[in-house]
Amino acid sequence: MIEVYDLHKSFGKLEVLKGITTRIDRGEVVVIIGASGSGKSTFLRCLNLLEVPQKGEVIIDGVNITGRNVNINLIRQDVGMVFQQFNLFPHKKVLDNITLALLKVKKINKKKSRELALELLHKVGLSDKADAYPRHLSGGQQQRVAIARALAMRPKVMLFDEPTSALDPEMIKEVLNVMKQLAAEGMTMVVVSHEMGFAREAADRVIFLDDGVIIEEGPPEQIYNNPRAQRTKDFLRQIL
Amino acid sequence: MTFPDYSVVFNNWPFLMRGLQVTLSVSAIAVVMGFFIGSAVGLLRLSRVKPLKLIAGAYVEFIRGTPLLVQLAILYFGLPSIGIDLSAFAAAVIGLSVNSGAYVGEIVRAGIQSVDKGQMEAARSLGMNGHMAMIFVILPQAFRRIIPPLVNEFIILIKDSSLLSTIAITELMRAGQHIRARTYADFQIYTAIAVLYFIVTFTLSNVLGVLERRLQVSD
Repeated sequence: MIEVYDLHKSFGKLEVLKGITTRIDRGEVVVIIGASGSGKSTFLRCLNLLEVPQKGEVIIDGVNITGRNVNINLIRQDVGMVFQQFNLFPHKKVLDNITLALLKVKKINKKKSRELALELLHKVGLSDKADAYPRHLSGGQQQRVAIARALAMRPKVMLFDEPTSALDPEMIKEVLNVMKQLAAEGMTMVVVSHEMGFAREAADRVIFLDDGVIIEEGPPEQIYNNPRAQRTKDFLRQIL
Repeated sequence: MTFPDYSVVFNNWPFLMRGLQVTLSVSAIAVVMGFFIGSAVGLLRLSRVKPLKLIAGAYVEFIRGTPLLVQLAILYFGLPSIGIDLSAFAAAVIGLSVNSGAYVGEIVRAGIQSVDKGQMEAARSLGMNGHMAMIFVILPQAFRRIIPPLVNEFIILIKDSSLLSTIAITELMRAGQHIRARTYADFQIYTAIAVLYFIVTFTLSNVLGVLERRLQVSD
């Protein structure tokens, strides 16, 4: 589904990704952990070219998105993204947040867009909020709308960039539940998150990133219970 | 001190009103043109095309860095000496619009930049191209924020239009100067003019204030 070869990304002189190679299979749920500044968000953002890597390849569903003559807008429709800060459109109602790209990008008619949006709102448990503005929603609700908005494009992969880090503790669960449901339905997911409960329950694999390289990857039980690398052990000791 | 006799103002009321009319029409045209120029300039300043960005930047810097009075003089007195004849009205409208455009350009640029960059990322991540994201996501949010500074700029423009009195436009200020030349009633005429300007700008700021609040309700 996603293949990444020797990915390098620098911001000015600061080299954030120093050669990442990995592959993510269809239906796989991968959780990426690592200290702040380890490059995990940058890695995720390279997967839909919100950051353009200087070197290396990202191949999604057979298409080399880092190649020339790639219509990135077309590819991004297949790669949904959920942000730490939700990034809902504050000037649009919840329903219109979801239908905007359906109408403008996919050119789906109003009625069908609306039906799909309502269906997805139902899925994330927010049917009653269709006509509310984002600012009237709690953080957890906003993030669930953001998930519905991304799902509306019928993506093949969903990227989550610390989806619960900006949430109050009591709202984390409702967002994780939606994500677990997605994982159970077979969605391919790449999740940057330190939520170990989610990783243990839903992830097929955990990748530990440090200083721009993959230190260790494996099933959640192995990474959390028997980390091999010293750096993984040190990191886990700090977050536990 | 003597109490001023304002009958001189009322005796010349129709003439003042004709001046006010000119002030209003020139200002209205310049506000609209200034807004379009400014919107274009604001967007160009954020453009990735370097030459466009530089030209827009130079325009803003030059206009902001020179007095409107001098700009008007160049247009109306300067250009004819190199063979370009503008009517006083054309010089007035061009001068005010081009001047206002530079300030509006800065307002628009700042408004767009004030929208959180996560908004652009969210729009792009849904497959919108840059233009779509700008039109449907960024600009609507920027527009709400630029209304207050824009109203401020419109008010400044109306007041600045009094400088058109120097290039043979009989707008409110110059109409007053004509009356003053005949009557020597400086105090009455200039205070009357000040009140008229104030009525216009105060009305404008209140009308647009209502619009601003309406827009905020749905945000």
